[in-house]
Amino acid sequence: MKILTGNDLKTGDVTWWTGSDWSRHVEDAVDVGENFEAILREEEAARRVNVPYAIEAEMTDDGPRPAHIKDRVRALGPTVRPDLTLKPADPEAGNWVI
Amino acid sequence: MYQYDKYDQQMVDTRVAEFRDQVERRLAGELTEDQFKPLRLMNGLYLQLHAYMLRVAIPYGTLNSKQMRMLGHIARKYDRDYGHFTTRQNIQYNWIKLEDAPDILADLASVEMHAIQTSGNCIRNISSDQYAGAAADEIADPRPWAEILRQWSSFHPEFSYLPRKFKIAVIASDEDRAAMRLHDIGIQLVHKDGELGAKFFVGGGMGRTPMIGPEIRDFVPADELISYAEACLRVYNRYGRRDNKYKARIKILVHELGKEEYTRQVEEEFAHMKTLGLNPPVEELARISEYFVDPPFDPDTRDDLDLSDPDFNLWVDQNTVEHKQSGYAIAVISLKPQGGIPGDASSAQIDLMADLAEQYSFDELRVTHSQNIVLPHVKKSDLYALWQKLDEAGLAPANLDLITDSIACPGLDYCSLANARSIPLAQKISERFADLGRQRELGELKLKISGCINACGHHHAGHIGILGVDRKGTENYQLLLGGSAAEDTSLAKITGPGFSEDGVIDAIETVTNVYLEERQEDERFIDTYRRVGMERFKEAIYG
Repeated sequence: MKILTGNDLKTGDVTWWTGSDWSRHVEDAVDVGENFEAILREEEAARRVNVPYAIEAEMTDDGPRPAHIKDRVRALGPTVRPDLTLKPADPEAGNWVI
Repeated sequence: MYQYDKYDQQMVDTRVAEFRDQVERRLAGELTEDQFKPLRLMNGLYLQLHAYMLRVAIPYGTLNSKQMRMLGHIARKYDRDYGHFTTRQNIQYNWIKLEDAPDILADLASVEMHAIQTSGNCIRNISSDQYAGAAADEIADPRPWAEILRQWSSFHPEFSYLPRKFKIAVIASDEDRAAMRLHDIGIQLVHKDGELGAKFFVGGGMGRTPMIGPEIRDFVPADELISYAEACLRVYNRYGRRDNKYKARIKILVHELGKEEYTRQVEEEFAHMKTLGLNPPVEELARISEYFVDPPFDPDTRDDLDLSDPDFNLWVDQNTVEHKQSGYAIAVISLKPQGGIPGDASSAQIDLMADLAEQYSFDELRVTHSQNIVLPHVKKSDLYALWQKLDEAGLAPANLDLITDSIACPGLDYCSLANARSIPLAQKISERFADLGRQRELGELKLKISGCINACGHHHAGHIGILGVDRKGTENYQLLLGGSAAEDTSLAKITGPGFSEDGVIDAIETVTNVYLEERQEDERFIDTYRRVGMERFKEAIYG
């Protein structure tokens, strides 16, 4: 599957395309298939997100999991600062990245 | 310390106002990201993995308490309560909001700081010896020359769009504590026949093509230093490659032309430069030098120390350095606690270091390229009180230059260029070698970790270096041995096939065991490696 990601224009936060909006949580990402160019153009023009792009991911029981470790780090947060990730209460969250 | 004059302040204030307008236009949709990106990068604002990242320049790693407190304030107010001191004596904030960036730059400008030229193909922050003005072995204070270079290179119209970024280091002692020969230009102040001048080394660097800068001139009179630097840059700006960013650094030009031909062209340009009268006036050199006179040292302070507290004794032995003034010491605050993140400091720790500098070190601090903080002028009689306060705040690891005092780039945890994580390796190595007695038994051992080939973690210059790579989507680590960023500069060599994270830590342990078996008398790790050679270590690692 392909999902869209970018950084929020104002905050720089990592965001994921939900089909109608952008979410901080990769679990909310939807498969955009191959027809994502128009979405990228519209969203870039809407100035909500900075340089959005498509990445490969696989669907798991926990939702979409980006194929590349870099995008998984983006999705969770720095593995060396669990308190600054999106799952600060989950000590095992870093394992999802690796 | 240098203080801005009205021109410095006006330039920085004007830039803040200009960037505020640019940010407003970006947020209003009047600028696209393609248009805005070069503008934000000119102000040190990157877009990294998790957010915008701001890199703030700390000129030649020197700052005062007020500036340090401002760095803490920015961490607390605009970021997530910490900052990351970098391998180029700067500080980075990892969680900046675009709309806050102009206010942050205005706050920085209020204490004579900025983020200009911390990105882009321009002359970056000048780096220098973190012990400048305090070291017992320096022949002159390199800071006035670093400051003159800073002023010359700031907004230099001819060098705003170089083929690639450009880094300059200035030192003034035979011991190189600034990785001088691994810079685009390395300058070593020297005396010749009683006159102050400089040796020039050009074309060093790390990255994907590491090179040690060759000496191209053994003496440039001090008052012609800027003209000579300008000549070096002009030849590079004219002939440096712009068609391939991987071949655009000056080291490639010097290598491809050959040292002799590059030097010939520089000398020709230098002869021309001398006719233009561009050297700073003698009065300006004197004015700037006056900012760097010695603080009012107490000539009667005691030179002896009560070392009866064993932990204090260890810290003094490991983390203090001889000062040029009797009764004083240079104290190094290690930002490498066991299991910690190299170079990270919380806002509370930053504030504390500012307070301690004000109380004990004539208001001065330095940032080292090894990601530590220096209090350059501490009375020996104050060291115990200083150490106690550092210890309470977790700032007293007694590990300077030991295996756990590792350099590590932000790596894949923060950096969009990285291929692998660096920080977890540094953390795990510090856990594996946590026993301070074992660390001291191993002695000086420079461990440097980069998460990609760009080498921000200086892995080429590590006695032991680690390079993180991406192997089919999995983090993999190459092990390197034999590098040095000191006066005996050398480039490390890869041992062989790479390792997993745990595997490379095991390999490092094997390497240190070989060293302990093979070393003779007082040999450091690097000395034993050079005498014994790579094969002995490879056999032990790979069997």
